[in-house]
Amino acid sequence: MAILTRRNFVKSAAAASALPLLGRAAFADEPLKVGYIYLGPVGDFGWTWAHEKGRKAMVEHFKGKVVADYVENVNEDASATPVIKDLAAQGHKLIFTTSFGYMDQTLEVAKDFPDAKFEHCTGYKHGANVGTYNNRFHEGRAALGTIAGMMSKTGVIGYLGSFKVPEVVLGVNSFTLAAQAINPKIVVKLVMIDSWFDPAKESAAAETLANLGCDVITTHTDSPAALQVCEKKKIYGFGQGADMSKFAPHAHLTAIEDIWGPYYISRAQAMLDGKWESDDAWWGIKEGAVTLSPYNKALPANVAAASDKIVSGYKDGSYDVFTGPIADQSGAEKVKKGDRMSLKDLATIDWYVKGVQS
Amino acid sequence: MRIRFEKRRDPSQVMQAVTPVAAVLLTMLIGAAIFQAIGYDGPRAVKEIFFTPILASYKWPDVARRAAPLILIALGLCMGNRAKVWNIGAEGQYIVGALAGAGVAYFTKNLQGFWIMPLMIAAGIVGGALWAAIPAFLKTQYRVNEILSSLMLVYVAAQLLNYLVTGPWKDPNGHNFPQTAPFTVWQVLPHTILGTPFPPGLFIAFALSVVFWIVMTRSEFGLGIRVVGDAPKAAKYAGYNADTMVWQTLLISGGMAGLAGVLEAATQSGQLNLGFPSGYGFTAIIVSFLGRLHPLGAALAGVVLAITYVGGQVAQTVVHVPSSTAGIFQSLLLFLILASDVLVKRRIRIDWAPAKTQSVGSAT
Amino acid sequence: MSLEFLIAALVTIVSVTTPILLAATGELVVEKSGVLNLGIEGMMLIGAIAAFAVSYETGNPWLGVIASAVAGALASMIFAVLVLFLGSNQVATGLALTIFGTGLSSLIGDSYIGMAGDSFDSIFPTALAEDPIGKLFFGYSPLVYIAFIAVLAVYYFLNRTRAGLVLRAVGENDVSARSIGYSVIGVRCAAIAFGGAMAGVSGSYFTLVSNSLWQPGMTAGRGWIALALVVFSGWRTGRLLAGAYFFGLFMTLELYAKASGFSFLPSQFWASMPYLMAIIVLAIMSARESGGAEAPACLGKTYIPDA
Repeated sequence: MAILTRRNFVKSAAAASALPLLGRAAFADEPLKVGYIYLGPVGDFGWTWAHEKGRKAMVEHFKGKVVADYVENVNEDASATPVIKDLAAQGHKLIFTTSFGYMDQTLEVAKDFPDAKFEHCTGYKHGANVGTYNNRFHEGRAALGTIAGMMSKTGVIGYLGSFKVPEVVLGVNSFTLAAQAINPKIVVKLVMIDSWFDPAKESAAAETLANLGCDVITTHTDSPAALQVCEKKKIYGFGQGADMSKFAPHAHLTAIEDIWGPYYISRAQAMLDGKWESDDAWWGIKEGAVTLSPYNKALPANVAAASDKIVSGYKDGSYDVFTGPIADQSGAEKVKKGDRMSLKDLATIDWYVKGVQS
Repeated sequence: MRIRFEKRRDPSQVMQAVTPVAAVLLTMLIGAAIFQAIGYDGPRAVKEIFFTPILASYKWPDVARRAAPLILIALGLCMGNRAKVWNIGAEGQYIVGALAGAGVAYFTKNLQGFWIMPLMIAAGIVGGALWAAIPAFLKTQYRVNEILSSLMLVYVAAQLLNYLVTGPWKDPNGHNFPQTAPFTVWQVLPHTILGTPFPPGLFIAFALSVVFWIVMTRSEFGLGIRVVGDAPKAAKYAGYNADTMVWQTLLISGGMAGLAGVLEAATQSGQLNLGFPSGYGFTAIIVSFLGRLHPLGAALAGVVLAITYVGGQVAQTVVHVPSSTAGIFQSLLLFLILASDVLVKRRIRIDWAPAKTQSVGSAT
Repeated sequence: MSLEFLIAALVTIVSVTTPILLAATGELVVEKSGVLNLGIEGMMLIGAIAAFAVSYETGNPWLGVIASAVAGALASMIFAVLVLFLGSNQVATGLALTIFGTGLSSLIGDSYIGMAGDSFDSIFPTALAEDPIGKLFFGYSPLVYIAFIAVLAVYYFLNRTRAGLVLRAVGENDVSARSIGYSVIGVRCAAIAFGGAMAGVSGSYFTLVSNSLWQPGMTAGRGWIALALVVFSGWRTGRLLAGAYFFGLFMTLELYAKASGFSFLPSQFWASMPYLMAIIVLAIMSARESGGAEAPACLGKTYIPDA
């Protein structure tokens, strides 16, 4: 915050009266207004809740220099456009649109507001004032896969997904490869429920996976529905996006948590420094964007240690689950021994690795 | 004391015009009261939902964007509902219309010319009409209730969309996300036309509402619809074929829904993805009732409902009411309109005297 | 395919079917009395949030179920007043109720998102309930048994009691029923309330049994399937029961096909199956029995009470 000497103050006051139409954001001591649109409600204990945590962390970090507003339950259709537009029109100079389905709407509004900056989560289209950001959630899945491989007695583990989009495919593959490193014969049964949201179907799908022999199930959907089934069936599961142990105290081994705070802080800082540039940011375990929630007390020490090893491997760069040799479901080799898949290939992946039953 | 409803000889014209207005006002009052009671700024919420979209001119394009598909679909529904043919599956026909247009786009993606757009629109209309032909066929041949058959087909249409955008029509340059390739320059319509902030769909909607009005009030066909709907037995004697009416109204409403779908895809999205179905097909049912099943009424009602959607979003940001607010107001409005319907057709009579008593001055 | 596997699959089918059966049983009674209530989905959601909220606050899921029945019945009264007393169009009023219920449940449910709720303890001894074979009969939540009993009770009521006869008469010919002295409005009002209560209980299944949490819109269209099921059943309770399990079978088949890697047909085809089957069976049934003659004659028609 610039020190307000009497001179500065008078200068800025004069400027204020001379330019009433410039809008509040023109003043250096006005806080930066950041806007968010969320797919779900902030209390959803999943995807949106994590973003909200990040938003709050950002606001707290800057102690008044940055203020942030949000709109929740914004549908991923044309109705999102007026919402984003409203935020921009209300003076928000940095706007985060936190779901894939906002991609085109973000671009459209960005055209009309060239001095505002927009960041679209999990997307891939850019513009002069539009960047994208994502998390390498699959790094967390590698740890989950390791745990699942060690904890599974039947050698069959389950993955509950929504749609066959790259993010989900990445998760499935990462989970499978890590589990195979423990037990090369492990089988991963995959069910896509073709919906981002249907708790009753998630439960039925989880039950089906359990009936087919899975004794560890991980989900890519946001609700704790499948976890509750795991608890009832006395098998293991993982939380998604948040620590969900209160829904399944025995079944919940750990969870992947999305930590958006550091990223949001860095972007707001870039705005304050005037250094914001359109980017395609993919943060992961190393940058603190992905962590695991505390392990279930009943998790054996050697399993916890193996999982920790994966995490520290990612932190110091020595480990990447997508290191060859990797074969796809037909057996064809897609990645040579020793090679690591590039982020670009990971971002557009549409094939499953061998061992996935889909 | 007994309250009874006495049928009027003719529906009251006064009431027909007054009741929708009264319903809107009452909705505002009741809605404000409910939200105030829960702890939100009720009156402010009402202001944002109903008035801001009208007063803030930068919101007009948003209202127009929403109103256009609503009106288009509702026009077809008005016609069907008047004939007591209930097309609940307009959402499915909307989707299939958009898919048909996207199909033309897919096959013409390397071609050029002004002929592509009209072909897409025609395909959309035909697609929607064909999807509505299924319930028409089922009803006329197998007496299957069209409410259910058209509704089930909505889910099937959604799965069809899912299959096409995740499979055969998936954009090869789209990073494997479920969406079609973006439409080429020949396959999109401008967001605004004629120097106004409004999309072409809105003008088409208004023009067609006049057309529908003329057809409904001045043509043989329109008369047939009203007769079959109001007095089916008399209609049969008069020679109107109810089955033909079923086909005609379903095909027309399906075509209108399909038109709305392809226009929406070509104007607003420029491609199809899983987020395309917006529920317009269901909301249009409300619009048709709000407009008293009258084409011009539907045009106005479409605008009113679009206002509540846009206003609902503004209210979310400004008053922090939850996103369910718009739906609550809309259903309140619909309840009140339906309730007030009775005043149009019947007169309230209150009998103060409990029994029949001849008063002194009565005629003998 | 071991017996254990088959039983486990059947158990899943039963779980998937139960909420649809509950709602459909209620709507069957409503439609038998001559009224078409399309507001099932809305009443289910209201019941669902009522059940979650009450069971969360009191710690007792049974109170939650009762609350869901009461809430569903109350919601249905909005419909009853409009349709029976004010003579409004049943299709539109039902739709309005669906939209209202969706919005209201979402509004109330906002404060309950992200909370873990209660569920039922098994009412049979654990040994039976968890036995691999026994669980086919004893391993369910109480709502499953309630659903069965409800179907039987409705069958008995409609076909073996005088009150049921009156209700059916009202549905077939309301004017005649009135002239004999029965209160058409009274009977239909009671039927609508019952339908609302059943829809409410069906909603409670989502927040107390298949899941123990609340998310807005979580019934995800099951109410519409229940509606299809009633017509599917030809308004007969026996066929309702069979039809419900038929639907449940298809919904479960879709999941097993996916989980077993059976990708012979695209997954969306399997997902459409329940809806396509509903249409096909509707067509077959109607074609066989001289077309829709089984529908209560007054279904959906506005009843105009004489002065």
